[in-house]
Amino acid sequence: MKRRVVVTGLGCVTPVGVGWKDYWDALLSGKNGIGLITHFDTTEFPVKIAGEVDDSTFSDLIEKKDSRRMSRFTQFAIISSKMAVEDSGLDLEKIDPERFGVIMGSGIGGMDTLEEQHRVMLERGPKRVSPNFIPMMISNIAAGQISMMLNAKGPNFTTVTACASSTNAIGEAFRTVARGDADIVISGGAEAAITPLSIAGFSSMKALSTRNDDPERASRPFDKDRDGFVMGEGGAMLIMEELEHALARGAKIYAEMVGFGAASDAYHITAPHPEGKGAQKAMELAIKDAGITPDDVDYINAHGTSTYYNDMLETLAINNTFKDHAKKLCVSSTKSMTGHLLGAAGAAEAIAAILAIYDDKVPPTMNCFDPDEKCDLDYVPLKFKEKKVKYALSNSLGFGGHNATIAFGKYHK
Amino acid sequence: MYFEKIVEIIRDQLGLEEDVKIEKETSLMKDLEVDSLDAVEVIMKIEDEFDIEIPDEDINTFKNLGDIADYVGNKKG
Repeated sequence: MKRRVVVTGLGCVTPVGVGWKDYWDALLSGKNGIGLITHFDTTEFPVKIAGEVDDSTFSDLIEKKDSRRMSRFTQFAIISSKMAVEDSGLDLEKIDPERFGVIMGSGIGGMDTLEEQHRVMLERGPKRVSPNFIPMMISNIAAGQISMMLNAKGPNFTTVTACASSTNAIGEAFRTVARGDADIVISGGAEAAITPLSIAGFSSMKALSTRNDDPERASRPFDKDRDGFVMGEGGAMLIMEELEHALARGAKIYAEMVGFGAASDAYHITAPHPEGKGAQKAMELAIKDAGITPDDVDYINAHGTSTYYNDMLETLAINNTFKDHAKKLCVSSTKSMTGHLLGAAGAAEAIAAILAIYDDKVPPTMNCFDPDEKCDLDYVPLKFKEKKVKYALSNSLGFGGHNATIAFGKYHK
Repeated sequence: MYFEKIVEIIRDQLGLEEDVKIEKETSLMKDLEVDSLDAVEVIMKIEDEFDIEIPDEDINTFKNLGDIADYVGNKKG
């Protein structure tokens, strides 16, 4: 029999708030995390805006001796993990380390370290490249570092599916606990790709908004004047726990994870399928996995990147999946506030979906002043909504045609 | 003076607080629990600081930080 999996702890570092309470307050109040890039000089860059995490909001949460061998994305992962464990009330001395796993997503990994060390090699030669370069840069190292910090000796791996990375990670964590390979998996994602090379690359793809003169209104999912996504950064981690294990220790339960669906477009390296078929399939599979019907879903935290194609085709996929019910459910994109956290986006947005269930409030899509005519759903524009949320989905759609949907429900005995 | 500079490099590189005692008898790997990656990085920083090259076979002769300081002193002559 499939074991039930509940979410018992949350932690995050985002451009709008650090720790789930600050993050959730920020989302409900429509706080904006986008501004001019300070991480590097953008003089030559067509894109000058991003959702940066202010160093002062997290630097005292990690010791220098720990952080010095960690790329920025790993620092986000470590801090988010510490917060999630603390929030869960888990006593690490009392749990079986071999039944405690780590499943992380990161789209890019230590891009900052890669660029820095590449510069060292070009300027000073191959012998000056740091011996710590590789273990700081590889995408899976955050999961490795978390296992060392928490003594987690169960299954440990990293999913790399671009912008869907941490949604795939949470999906796999759900499966791992449900089938009995672990009792607890700490799962989520981290990304720190506001670097010169990364911004240059995404910019050349014409994927990024160039609304440099109005950063706070640049990320405007589903709005007719949207012109691309805004890069964000951060980390988010969830404690996924087998229900009986959680009940036995009297854990607080935010929500139950009920389903996961993943499907591929098999169509193009970056463009979504023209009818949104992969996204539709991922949602259908997650709903089926949850043992519910489309009509049971109250809220979708959309991928909603603020690019022309994503928002139009994700809307089409939702319409095709939910039929008449599509107009009755709430769909919002919290990327309108945080920017796009790439490989960490799915985990940060999973937290938003979980808290929508926990708090019976739906976060808004900010900057959605005038929806595109092909975007015809209730995007909860500009202001959060009080709504009973029994079931919520979170969608993530990644370059490469990776589509993943995770489903959460209100916990009941 | 080489020793003091080496201690400074090590403190900075490893993020060690002032209360961690570092003396001439201190061994990087045994006392400061430095792994091989950090050991290589520390040697690289020392090479950069003093503008010298330390071949691998010489690194293996260092038992403690005093040995490294003496070695640098000899090289700088």
